[in-house]
Amino acid sequence: MLSKIWKLALFFWMSMVIIGAFLWAPLAQGLGEYTRILYFHVPTAWVTVLAFLISAVYSALYLRKRDIVLDKRAEVASQLGFIFCILATITGSVWAKMSWGSFWNWDPRETSIFILLLIYAAYFALRSAIEHPERRATLGSVYSLLAFITVPFFVFIVPRVYASLHPDPLINPQGKINMDGKMLTVFLASLFGFTVIFLWMFKTKLDLVSIKMSIKKREI
Amino acid sequence: MQLARKAWYIFDKDIRQEYKTRYSVNAILLFAVVTLVAVSFSIGTFGASPDIKSALLWIVLFFSAMSGLAHIFVREEEKHTADTLKLLASPTSIFLGKFIFNLVLFVVLQLIIVPLFFAVMDFSVNGVSTFLIILILGSIGLSAGATIIAAIISKASAKGALFTVLAFPILLPVIVAGISGTKIAVNESNIMAAASEIQMLFAYSVVIITGSVLLFDFVWKD
Amino acid sequence: MEIKAAGLGKSYGEKRVFRDIGFGLKDGQSLAIIGPNGSGKTTLIKILCGLIRPSEGILNYYGNGMKIKPDDIFAHIGLVGPYLELYEELTAWENVRFFMRMRNLENISDQVNELFEFFKLSGRETDPVKTYSSGMRQRLKYIAALLHNPAILFLDEPTANLDIQGIERVYQVMEEQKRNKILIIATNDHDDLKFGDEQIAVGT
Repeated sequence: MLSKIWKLALFFWMSMVIIGAFLWAPLAQGLGEYTRILYFHVPTAWVTVLAFLISAVYSALYLRKRDIVLDKRAEVASQLGFIFCILATITGSVWAKMSWGSFWNWDPRETSIFILLLIYAAYFALRSAIEHPERRATLGSVYSLLAFITVPFFVFIVPRVYASLHPDPLINPQGKINMDGKMLTVFLASLFGFTVIFLWMFKTKLDLVSIKMSIKKREI
Repeated sequence: MQLARKAWYIFDKDIRQEYKTRYSVNAILLFAVVTLVAVSFSIGTFGASPDIKSALLWIVLFFSAMSGLAHIFVREEEKHTADTLKLLASPTSIFLGKFIFNLVLFVVLQLIIVPLFFAVMDFSVNGVSTFLIILILGSIGLSAGATIIAAIISKASAKGALFTVLAFPILLPVIVAGISGTKIAVNESNIMAAASEIQMLFAYSVVIITGSVLLFDFVWKD
Repeated sequence: MEIKAAGLGKSYGEKRVFRDIGFGLKDGQSLAIIGPNGSGKTTLIKILCGLIRPSEGILNYYGNGMKIKPDDIFAHIGLVGPYLELYEELTAWENVRFFMRMRNLENISDQVNELFEFFKLSGRETDPVKTYSSGMRQRLKYIAALLHNPAILFLDEPTANLDIQGIERVYQVMEEQKRNKILIIATNDHDDLKFGDEQIAVGT
């Protein structure tokens, strides 16, 4: 019963977010209708970064404790992160096309999200190339952590070379937000909603994985 | 120090093997030359801006590294000498020995590849010392990252393609900083003009070497 | 030196290789691990050498009464096995010198020459290992494993690839080792079995 309640609450919450995004929040100057993508694009980007962090944490925990469940958690977080990364890339690309005329420009933020996509893809390529489950978990975790320590350097390369097409004055995920009150409300609500969706998917997938694991155990 | 001495012996052993087989040397040189020829040919008489040439240099360097720096671990696995080595040294000395090998190999080959690039592509830089600093620091970062990734893929199947796929995102900061620093060196002879690139490459090298040494234990032991 | 193992087991995913292996050995004792091919003898040897992590169980080494850290075990053991190759592009001597250096034993050239003589490889030191026959490689592996006088000697298939003379030499080595130190062998060969005071069966 309780789980039904909060799922309904989430449904209601996200519906409000969508309605708010399309009907309630005002448009930003210069962006026009395209503002609306902000409420969906940035949260997906945020979730993909969150997933990346979670995966790195569980990878480190696995290397320390050697409990395969920890590695499963890292893997699931990465899978979800990958999906959200694709979503972020696509929504960002659509936004770019609508606003600036081309789908892809190697703008620093576009580049960063793309690199994250490459990291996720590499992580899965590595895992699928190893047969032994233990080894797969160990090497996957090591790579996850390697990526984690090199990612901060992207902050360096992000402002390099290419002039940014990103509407920075208006939207800065670091928290300095110059948004109108209503926009801010919808934005934060969307951010929260997406995070909850991610955590829910995370838990659901994990439950599925542990059920599969216990079925296998019983078969032995 | 014990660690350094053992790393040196491993380095020595690998150099001897390389001297007798010349596997990595051939792979890297051949790849660099072929890529250089292809690039030069494609650009043809149209010419390219110094910015583009800077980028091309690092692309050639990166992919040359990809063609030859994994051998150091892949060979140990394929020839079944990995376990032999495990029983002789601690993981850290093994990593250091192999890292030094890759670094020396890479830098020595650059003595051929880089001048060749300059000549064939009609490329020149004003800030020679800037360029050299960027090149050395970039080589350290590239070699360290390539070494740890080589260790990882040596334990997987489909090693060739996997090496580049895994290495590219990790080494991207080095490539970008290398390109950026080279571009600056084309025009500026003052080293400070590339200060942030140099700082970043230095910081990256520290981080990647430290991280690799810590993580190598997990990769090496089954 | 002393080894104590209890409840050792290894599984790869759902595939269990063996479980609940335990024993204790002191200087002057020896162990023979027997079992059909593919039963996990080699896996057990590798676990005892520290090359593979066990899935369960405890393994401890004691030297002079004090526990030896797992990371430091390799300095006290020697291993000969079909999966442990030497560097074939290098000469026999280059291989052995590498081992000497890594074992901090740079001054034992005389003893090493004796080993070469004992295993009838004198005069072939400067040949690349590539040119060695399988029997010669096996003998060279023994030289490499013995030059630091290991407290524990692991022999996986001790007499593989050897002719009668080679086997005789190896038997001498095994006798010598089990007299004052520890010897552990894994084998299917019945003649080898007499070198194990104790026996453990794997995979039956």
